[in-house]
Amino acid sequence: MTSQTRPNDTVSAPAMSRARVGRMIVYGAVGLVGLALLFAPFLFPDVRSQEVAARICVFVVLVASYDLLLGYTGIVSFAHTMFFGLGAYGTAIALKNMGPGADAILLGGGAGVLAALVLALLIGMLSLRVKAIFFAMVTLAAASVMMVLASQLSQFTGGEDGMTYQVPRIFSPAYKLLTDADGKTLRLFDVALNGKIALYYFVFLSSLILFLVMARIVASPLGTVLEAIRENELRAEAIGYKVVVYRTAIFCIAAVIAALAGILRAMWLKYTGPEVALSFAIMIDILLMVVIGGMGTLVGAVIGVVIMSLAQFYLRDLMEIAAEATSAIPLLPDLLNPERWLLWLGVLFILLVYFFPAGIAGTLMGKGGAK
Amino acid sequence: MTPSLRTENLTIRFGGHAAVNGVTCAFAPGELTVIVGPNGAGKTTWFNLVSGQLRPTEGRIFKDDTDITGLSPSARAGMGIGRAFQLTSLFPKLSVEENVRLAVQARSGAGFRIFSRASTLTGLRDEAREFLRKTRLEQVATLPASALPHGDQRKLEVAMLMAMQPDIYMFDEPTAGMSVDEAPAILDLVAEIKKDNSKTILLVEHKMDVVRALADRIVVLHNGELIADGKPDEVMALPLVRQIYLGVGQEEAA
Repeated sequence: MTSQTRPNDTVSAPAMSRARVGRMIVYGAVGLVGLALLFAPFLFPDVRSQEVAARICVFVVLVASYDLLLGYTGIVSFAHTMFFGLGAYGTAIALKNMGPGADAILLGGGAGVLAALVLALLIGMLSLRVKAIFFAMVTLAAASVMMVLASQLSQFTGGEDGMTYQVPRIFSPAYKLLTDADGKTLRLFDVALNGKIALYYFVFLSSLILFLVMARIVASPLGTVLEAIRENELRAEAIGYKVVVYRTAIFCIAAVIAALAGILRAMWLKYTGPEVALSFAIMIDILLMVVIGGMGTLVGAVIGVVIMSLAQFYLRDLMEIAAEATSAIPLLPDLLNPERWLLWLGVLFILLVYFFPAGIAGTLMGKGGAK
Repeated sequence: MTPSLRTENLTIRFGGHAAVNGVTCAFAPGELTVIVGPNGAGKTTWFNLVSGQLRPTEGRIFKDDTDITGLSPSARAGMGIGRAFQLTSLFPKLSVEENVRLAVQARSGAGFRIFSRASTLTGLRDEAREFLRKTRLEQVATLPASALPHGDQRKLEVAMLMAMQPDIYMFDEPTAGMSVDEAPAILDLVAEIKKDNSKTILLVEHKMDVVRALADRIVVLHNGELIADGKPDEVMALPLVRQIYLGVGQEEAA
């Protein structure tokens, strides 16, 4: 040992290399997910898988934008589905009333994004200077008001039932993206290149772009300031950062991105209602996905969303198979009854949180916002 | 010469207790003032008032004759009032380099550049490295700040303050909790800032013997009031100061 060696070097060296391996695992997994989503229509052509893939795309954006608040800046907000819903409802109402056209999406979606921005600015300026718990309460109140409005103004929003509508023709399954010699829809690897494919790739590429924008934000000087505010608000203020302004700015950015994700959701589902775009169940999903993936990592959003979505969509199937396989053994088939899937989902969460206290990506990479 | 910093009848009361009581004093550029006084004398509270963490009950604060009494801490930092904290106040999970880069970035106004080119970032980083080199922290630049030993954390405090490049440097017991071997490294940094001869340096320090050589002036606070102000030898010779201050000094030495 030379006199230059510090006691910490010996302690942190294995931790650092473990973090490097962890980072490779995380980025590898995220890369695989990205590839799977890129080729999803050809790899998993059935309708249900398409739904899962599109949901993963949209939720990665939604959850990553929430990570900007919770993980990077330390802002606890319960209004994220409200912004998501504003984008979705704006698009849905315009598509329903103006008919299926790009103009309706631009106008309705634009109005939804603008409304999200204005609301975020108001909430942020009025209440981001108060204590975190009060801010959380304000966002909770705002989100509740929005849910009541969506349910009561049923002539516009369809109330609890929501509304269905058409999307532009280029995105409808009947649209022939490419035709073969006989004038039928061209098939590639046995998959029809119709409007549904076009819509999926619209959702996928939009989500990818939004995710890359967020990745750029957290890698920029602004990203470091946000982390500094999370770590030590007083010091951030003392070295010259106006904390309220930065908090309000990122709250607005996250709101706009959530609203954009809402537009994608509304376009993909061709249905918008409280259950899919506004409910607190979605807010809880977002929270769980951020925590499971790893707060303050951004890529954690991808992992959290994939695990949660796969569990929510496929755990029941898996349990059905397991219950049949164990049908000869007493008790086990009852425990594995598909109707008890929520119980097992709960067990899965507890195990994940226990073994990955800073989330999967956060724990593997040795970083993240979790205390 | 216009004082770079002036407080006028500065007072703050917590309930009935006046933690700082009617302190009026002015500081010139190029001057290093050591602020002494027993625990609870109001030194850190006075610092908090000047850097904006606390708002005064009465009185005013001027920077270069501009009234800054109502400004936020970040606005004061932007005007050139820099502060290092007594209880180390870092960004624990960020790397040592990022801690310093944040200070560089705040000064250069790059905080909001989302889509800044990588080269801008490299510029900020190079500048941060420069301050790490000065404070001999380059070896640990990539470690999280929380992984540093106490002495290095104190150095990082100073590196962040230096990176702000303020007109007024406020050090709150920079050598607190440091061994006798470590303390000179910090004081060398203070001495280097002083060489510039254009900065105002305020230093709260208990180890009078170590800072005496650096001090141009000593201000003594006691029970929130300014009780002595002058050249080090004159002030330290005052009977009241000897009684108050050296009493504390002996306790610490013991």
